[in-house]
Amino acid sequence: MSHADTMPKPRRNVELLLLVLALSVSIGANALTSIDEQTSLDTDFWFQSSLLAVASLVFHVVLRLRAKYADPVILPLVVALNGLGLAMIHRLDAPGDDTGNNQLRWTVIAMAVAIAVIWFLKDHRVLRRFTYISLAVSALLLILPLVPGISAGEILGARVWIRLGPMTFQPGEVAKITLAIFFAGYLSSNRDLIMLAGRKIGPMQFPRFKDMGPMITAWLVSIGVLIFQRDLGSSVLFFGLFIVMIYVATSRISWVVIGLTLILGGGFVASKVFSHVALRVDSWLNAFTEEVFGRSPGGSGQIVEGLFGMASGGLVGTGLGQGRPNLVPFANSDMIIASFGEELGLIGLFAIVMMYLLLFTRGFRAALGTRDAFGKLLACGLSFAVALQCFVVIGGVTRLIPLTGLTTPFLAAGGSSLLANWIIVGLLLMISHTARGPVDTSPMQPGRTPEAQKPAAPAGGRQDRNATQTLPDAPTEAVKHL
Amino acid sequence: MNQAIRHSWIAAVAMFALIFGAISYVQVVGADELKANAWNRRAILQNYCNDRGAILVGGAAIAESVPGNESCKFQRKYNQPELYAGLTGYFSRSYGVTGLEGAMDAQLAGSSDQLFFDRIGQLFLGNQPKGASVELTIDPTIQKLAYDLIPDGQRGSIVVTDPKTGNILAMVSKPSYDPNSIATQDIAKEQAAYNEAIKIPGVNLNPSVSGPTGALLAPGSVFKLVDTAAALNSGKYNADSVLPNPAQMSFPGIQYQLPNYAGGNCYTRTTASFAFALQQSCNTPFASIARDLGENAIAQQASKFGFGQELGDQLKLDYAKSVFPSDLDAAGLAQSAIGQRDVRATPLQIALMTSAIANGGVQMAPNLIKAVRSPDLRVIEEPKPVALRTSTTPEIAGQITDWMTSVVSEGIGSGAAVPGVQVAGKTGTAELGDGLNNSWFTGFAPANDPQVSVTVVMQGVDITTGAQLTSPNAKKIFEAVLNK
Repeated sequence: MSHADTMPKPRRNVELLLLVLALSVSIGANALTSIDEQTSLDTDFWFQSSLLAVASLVFHVVLRLRAKYADPVILPLVVALNGLGLAMIHRLDAPGDDTGNNQLRWTVIAMAVAIAVIWFLKDHRVLRRFTYISLAVSALLLILPLVPGISAGEILGARVWIRLGPMTFQPGEVAKITLAIFFAGYLSSNRDLIMLAGRKIGPMQFPRFKDMGPMITAWLVSIGVLIFQRDLGSSVLFFGLFIVMIYVATSRISWVVIGLTLILGGGFVASKVFSHVALRVDSWLNAFTEEVFGRSPGGSGQIVEGLFGMASGGLVGTGLGQGRPNLVPFANSDMIIASFGEELGLIGLFAIVMMYLLLFTRGFRAALGTRDAFGKLLACGLSFAVALQCFVVIGGVTRLIPLTGLTTPFLAAGGSSLLANWIIVGLLLMISHTARGPVDTSPMQPGRTPEAQKPAAPAGGRQDRNATQTLPDAPTEAVKHL
Repeated sequence: MNQAIRHSWIAAVAMFALIFGAISYVQVVGADELKANAWNRRAILQNYCNDRGAILVGGAAIAESVPGNESCKFQRKYNQPELYAGLTGYFSRSYGVTGLEGAMDAQLAGSSDQLFFDRIGQLFLGNQPKGASVELTIDPTIQKLAYDLIPDGQRGSIVVTDPKTGNILAMVSKPSYDPNSIATQDIAKEQAAYNEAIKIPGVNLNPSVSGPTGALLAPGSVFKLVDTAAALNSGKYNADSVLPNPAQMSFPGIQYQLPNYAGGNCYTRTTASFAFALQQSCNTPFASIARDLGENAIAQQASKFGFGQELGDQLKLDYAKSVFPSDLDAAGLAQSAIGQRDVRATPLQIALMTSAIANGGVQMAPNLIKAVRSPDLRVIEEPKPVALRTSTTPEIAGQITDWMTSVVSEGIGSGAAVPGVQVAGKTGTAELGDGLNNSWFTGFAPANDPQVSVTVVMQGVDITTGAQLTSPNAKKIFEAVLNK
């Protein structure tokens, strides 16, 4: 029922309990792999485990101080996923490799940034002010990898990396967030306008052509990413994000139809015109033909090896540290799902996918609960982006759809992805804090009263639409009266 | 707006439902198919370090698992590796399993259905999984003898069988390789050894393309046994038929002339009996038989002897099917009738043809497996002799046996004669075009009660060397088998 009926509960103790559980899963997984690799539980292990535990508990304390009504399940879920990823990456490290420790460093940095976001932002509605700045930042982030000097060049066929001193960074991951902020800000301001007009064809109301502007822009951005960065996964992700947000903003299924038509059309043309897309599709459809299997680069060896790994895992898996996930190329990044499938089996992988499902469900809950349109759109968009990203990655690994180079959120090795996804978690926690907390009716700041206006806006929109629909009937009524 | 959020959530859950389905398919429903895929190295890696069953010959292991190092509890070891490489194949981390290691993998690894209760027992007792052992029909003495009869550096194969049962007593070829080097745990060494081995021409790495089961060679005059059987089977010829035996045979419209065999006494007569034509291995009588009977009759008889046919499921090794060409012109048919042109046969195929003649026309399925025993020595598989096909009638087989006996007693196969034993045989010399030949001998003994058939082929030899390396070597094998 309504939040006003009962006193909202912070539920921070529940979070603490779940967090201990999540940490014991993560650290337990790490311990198992250490034992199986026949390295004793050395100081490295204890240092890594305590670092993760301390960082998680600091995060928890920050939530107690700054967002005490935040959803208590989100943080433990993410810590568990992140910790499992750390264990697997650590386990896949060949002697001398440092990917595991690097991932741990990035985890700590990412959690620190997420904490900073919560600490300094205080309220997600502030972000609405940065609607157009977000657009500019998104554009900048997407163009950076193409700028000579900053660009890290073409890595594994995609130009999505920039060089920051000794490190490489994938700005597209962060662009996912800034784009979501822009869409949320733009759509929450203009949704009434877009919703209002349109032609009705069959059961669906189609928008006016001039309201298609944002859609066309989003489509062009996606196509641009596909052509210039050669990154099919991000392209699909950006466009999916936009479709969902405009659908939520307008409640018009026609947007989804138009969007899907555009993406299918664009995808079809791209698969004909661009060899990198055609190769992806070919190695998906013909994965088990000798020519495609052996082709390098762009062959299906990676997918097929991943499938072999998952098949060998079967129902219960080989056990952590007992399988041979390192036979699969990119076992700790793009194909980490196959590594988990092999060692934890169907049951373990279902549990991981279930954690993602719970995570995005909690995000959608926050979207439902929060009272401002901007927050709803942002939470819904970010949650859907996480879900879509999981679908694209896991679907690719299991050969449901063509494999694209997206990372598995929180699990896969990669600093940019961790950073971006932890920021998303920070934002979702903040939105859930306002969603679950006591109703704050006071205006946030003078001149900016998103909440006060919001209840009126949809109602107004609905009335307007009713008015336009009843207009043609009006003369008839008038005639009757005469 | 909330309704749209719920719909978006449903869409996201629907995507996840698809993911759950896809994972279930890959990990459970389609898992067996993926596990059985030839590119899947996991199966071999999975039980690479397990205690595999041994492959035994005469009670001694030619392939066995011995205790390995810390990272791998058991290591595959091949004893007398070069001698048995063509049979065992290798069990390699990088290059998969070949030969009997591959064909009998389920039994050797202990994963076959017959070993189900053994696996349950191992599970409860906490023992290491252990595979079944496979005992071969090979006679180690004969195998060693045959191998040593092929000089080092010479390419050749020898197949020794029991024509009544189809059991293979010896099957060797050179050049060979050391499977230990390809089945080692040191991946760098493994790769170096493999890359070295594949460079050797004709090495018996893959039984479907090389060695006694896979090397497709021009059979030369031993193919005349097919012509003889076809002729007698047609009813147009009998034991007393007189065959034309011109010095050369010409064909309408072309310059080419098929010469008679220069090595024997063919030139002394212009007509010949079957006995004389076989004894001296004259070409023109058989070319004229083929011209008379037509391509189909020869091809049919060839396939009755096993050309182009399956060799049964008891051999276990991969093999190549022998070939008799089709759509031949007159010259092509004449050349094919004497085992030249595009006729190709594996040494095993020639051995099976001879064995069929020895066994009254019934070709027995070639068999390598004597018994498969579970770890507690219970016999779980013991192949019985199986008739593969009827190649010809007992009468025709008996008639050909008589003529083959005269080839050894009076003809050019005299080198194979064993004192006190009637040996039936046929030689062949397939010209390779540069003065070198594939030199063949195929035969069996004793002619009246065949115990053993021997087929020898030496590749790329001159006439003299061929004569020295085939019939006399066959004699040594006959003696070794019969005097046991």
